[in-house]
Amino acid sequence: MSAGLEARIRVVREGFTLEADFSAPFGVTALLGPNGAGKSTVVSALAGLAPLSGGRVVAGGRVWEDVSAGVRLAPRERGVGIAFQEPLLFPALSALDNVAYGPRARGVPRAEARRRAGSWLERLGAGHLASRRPAALSGGEAQRVAVARALSTEADVLLLDEPLSAQDVEARGASRRALADALAAFEGVALVVTHDPVEALTLAGRVAVLESGRVVQQGDADALRRRPASPWVAALAGVNLLRGRLEAAGAEVALVCEGLRLAVLPGAMAPGADAAAVVSPRAFTLSLDPPRSSARNVIAGAVASVDPGIDRVRVTLDTRPPLTAEITRESLAELGIVPGMRVHAAVKVTEIEVFPA
Amino acid sequence: MRTPRFVAALAAAAAAFFALPLIGLVLEAPWSSVGSALLTRQIARAAALSAVASTAAVGIGLALAFPLAWVLARTRFPGRRWLRGLVVLPMVLPPVVAGVGLLTAFGRRGLLGGTLDAIGVSIPFTTAAVVIAATFVSTPFLVVTLEAGLASLDRRLEDAAATLGASDARVFRTVVLPGLRPSLAAGVALAWTRALGEFGATITFAGNLQGRTQTTPLAVYELLQTDAGAAIALSVALLAVCLVAVVAVRGGLFREPR
Repeated sequence: MSAGLEARIRVVREGFTLEADFSAPFGVTALLGPNGAGKSTVVSALAGLAPLSGGRVVAGGRVWEDVSAGVRLAPRERGVGIAFQEPLLFPALSALDNVAYGPRARGVPRAEARRRAGSWLERLGAGHLASRRPAALSGGEAQRVAVARALSTEADVLLLDEPLSAQDVEARGASRRALADALAAFEGVALVVTHDPVEALTLAGRVAVLESGRVVQQGDADALRRRPASPWVAALAGVNLLRGRLEAAGAEVALVCEGLRLAVLPGAMAPGADAAAVVSPRAFTLSLDPPRSSARNVIAGAVASVDPGIDRVRVTLDTRPPLTAEITRESLAELGIVPGMRVHAAVKVTEIEVFPA
Repeated sequence: MRTPRFVAALAAAAAAFFALPLIGLVLEAPWSSVGSALLTRQIARAAALSAVASTAAVGIGLALAFPLAWVLARTRFPGRRWLRGLVVLPMVLPPVVAGVGLLTAFGRRGLLGGTLDAIGVSIPFTTAAVVIAATFVSTPFLVVTLEAGLASLDRRLEDAAATLGASDARVFRTVVLPGLRPSLAAGVALAWTRALGEFGATITFAGNLQGRTQTTPLAVYELLQTDAGAAIALSVALLAVCLVAVVAVRGGLFREPR
């Protein structure tokens, strides 16, 4: 469909070359990469704030920039809503007027622009901040206002650069949930730039991975998991992400996800809530017999695959959904694990990160 | 390093040096007759001229200073440092030299004298000359403060505004101008008080004609020879006005350096 974003970005600077080719169809795409991979350069380039050295950017069937054809639209001509890594709110305006700025600049009457701004602030859980000046906002609050400002443009393309980086750890789950809802309501192409695999996998259906100035892989989470194109992708794609529902079981709360039932620490969430859990593959301990450890979660399953890495081995169980554990070569040899063998995977409750989904 | 005691003592002496003339003015002023001393036709006309000329000078100065400050702060071109030196020079130039310079440029036999004469305009010794002299000496304060203000703005805010769809004019009005407000206030206060106090260039280029070119400082100078009490009273009045102007923008002028 022509409404997507097609980017072929070449930026050459002293000591750094960015060659990022990726596409973002209608919906949410995450641009995921470690720090220093060139993510913010991609944002500046797409925004039109830094000229391309080469390449072409097309969005919604409109050419934003084409170096060989000499086309380059100014930032304001692109129809893009951006939340930069820093909030960059206008200090003289209230939070509400900051969010109303985009619509006002595009000719929406003041009252209507403010009404829209108010509803975007509400959606991001920042409605109570409307009358505050940026100087009176915390980092996390300012970031939410900045995201609302980007969304309120109702542009064809939305760029969010690390939209949750300034959120408190306690508030992060709720902020992520609010952002996911807001993105679901956004009708266009949304590109979420992040270094956090959990953020990428929970906010976006599709991921483009940027490493050292190149997009090394793009696709959905499963594609990344099945055929990781680099060790970094392998490490992040190996993160176990489980989506399900919280259920009370006696004094405990468990996350039920397809055939799995994991005891979790639900924090402020109540049983019955939709939730997701992230478990690092290194958090699992494998054994042949049921372990007598203190770990409350023990999952039995057959080994579906054994994938050797550099110093560790990834063992995937045929559970539903599949779980991946990462163990040392020594453990693998000691246990004699081969595909088809039945093993037990133990994980402590405290190793499971749970958040609303 | 600790502050040695003799440095504190020298600082106190320096402060006294600045305070004494002000104390002298206040003590010597004929407070019992200050009202009648100031309520003369000559002083009223001088004060009105000063107010109008200083305000006009700052208005014209803003129109000159904005483009200059912008070019100095935001563009790179050969000779930029020379341009800054040229614009700032009137701050250190002896005012009488500025007055002579203005005569050689705009006087009847000056560079533009012939051209101006041809269209029937003669500037020297008119109220216009008062305004030009005041503009010449005061505008550098606007350029310097506005350039510093522009340089300290976070330009990423302007980028953010542009991506939100704002035109250059809107970015200027909604982002640049509010950001410049402190420097603008400081610059206007400095330039206006400098224009108000202008003496040397005015008397050289515009003369000292009561009702036409005699500003308040010129009136003080003239009164000092005939009615010292009135001169001191008028000086105190000028001091008070300058104090008010400076205190009004204390956020800009008395702010602790960061």
